[in-house]
Amino acid sequence: MKYHILFGLLSAELGLLATLHLQSAPSAERLQSELADKRALVSKLGLTDLALWTEARYTRHPSQADRFAAFQDFPSSIEHFPAGSIIAPPEPLRMPVGAGSAPSRHRDP
Amino acid sequence: MGSYHLGRHLKILEFALSSMLRRRTKNLGLVLVFAALVFLLSSIVFLTGALRTEALATLEASPQLLVQRAMAGRHALIPLGYGELIARLPGVGSVTPRYWGYYYDIYTGANYTLLGIGDQGLESPGSTPLRLVEGSFIMPGQRRVCLIGEGVAEVRGTRIGGMVSLRDARGWMQEYEVIGLFASPSRLLTNDLILLPEADLKAHFGMPDDRATDLMVEVYNPHEVDNISRKILERLPDARPISHAEIQRTYETLFNWRGGLLLAMFLGAMAAFMILAWDKATGLSADERREIGILKAIGWETSDILELKLWEGAALALVAFLAGVTAGYAHVQRFGAELLMPVLEGWSTLFPAIDLAPRIDPYALGVLFSLTVVPYIVATVVPSWKAAITDPDRVMRAS
Repeated sequence: MKYHILFGLLSAELGLLATLHLQSAPSAERLQSELADKRALVSKLGLTDLALWTEARYTRHPSQADRFAAFQDFPSSIEHFPAGSIIAPPEPLRMPVGAGSAPSRHRDP
Repeated sequence: MGSYHLGRHLKILEFALSSMLRRRTKNLGLVLVFAALVFLLSSIVFLTGALRTEALATLEASPQLLVQRAMAGRHALIPLGYGELIARLPGVGSVTPRYWGYYYDIYTGANYTLLGIGDQGLESPGSTPLRLVEGSFIMPGQRRVCLIGEGVAEVRGTRIGGMVSLRDARGWMQEYEVIGLFASPSRLLTNDLILLPEADLKAHFGMPDDRATDLMVEVYNPHEVDNISRKILERLPDARPISHAEIQRTYETLFNWRGGLLLAMFLGAMAAFMILAWDKATGLSADERREIGILKAIGWETSDILELKLWEGAALALVAFLAGVTAGYAHVQRFGAELLMPVLEGWSTLFPAIDLAPRIDPYALGVLFSLTVVPYIVATVVPSWKAAITDPDRVMRAS
């Protein structure tokens, strides 16, 4: 009977999922027991955000980001807004380093 | 009567499975693609669920109300005089200035968060020693010492007793002795953190004495937070109150599988799945058409053929769905969502190792089920129904 094999397969999959879930219980319990300590730390230091992404202000502290949180100050940051691929960089940035104040485009004839 | 009906359904199921086994290569391929898509989608659901649960539970203890100052559309240092004004509002308890800022470490390419803690915070009544700190905590009056997060300790290659040197606002290198480490269970909160005595932090950033980064406001009645925020804005139009509920909402939205970058991945996988289902829906193979024609010719009813196709679709979809969900759960629980981590990490130099305890969310899995299994079954049944209501002779000749 092939349907026995199908039901057996489905039961095995459900059993495996249940086993994995049960195995994660100690880890969930440990995280739960650490929760009070973490909350004490958050409360003592007045923390507001997770230290997940440190590359920019609004990713390090998403809850504290400026209302206009477009690209903020971070050294060597790379453009990531669609507008940035349309708008050319300003003239001074296009000048080679040490080129002085006379851009080649405006050279006298 | 009941057993007759059950037996009939089981026989149709048996026939459906035999029919699928005849096309085993194609069906195995479908199971693998289906399971792979469900694996990706369920990994996203489990990962975001685990992160959201952790963030909301941990940040439950975050300040009730923060008041920042906005100048020219961006965050600016707030005068301490604002705090005195806020403290006079009815319903407001203490107002504590917070001193913090960012430090870009040119040597490691990492950004640290520098946080100052004042004697007031160190001596807060009823405070218990922090268990997530190895070594010692800053004592009142102590200077030139720091506590650092695990990520900072790793990139700077230092431990308790070592030194951390940072360039201050005047360009001078300042050295701070590491007296404590934030233990690893707290790394999701403290990975990039350097905790300094408040006076050292102010001197480091060159902050004026009458300014703080922002103000932490205690509100006696939590239901009054919005009301107090409104009163603060009436008196201080350049202030920006951020309530505890807003912080929680930020993380609720951030780690929602229906938003952000993860939604982009989710939609990509869904689009792939829809193409698979569409391909299935737009045509039956010649073999399948011939099979339906023969079954109709030997006396099968249209409803029997629909049931046969329903079983075929359901068997394949259920096996693949459960396999995908199980693999997705194992991926997040056992392997720390290794395949998704590069996307989540982005350009973070100091991304913390995350200990995840995925939760089976019936709502999210229900949505996933209805977005994958249901369309697949519909896509299997509809073309078969079209073939089944056509004259068997025409179906067989056409195939």
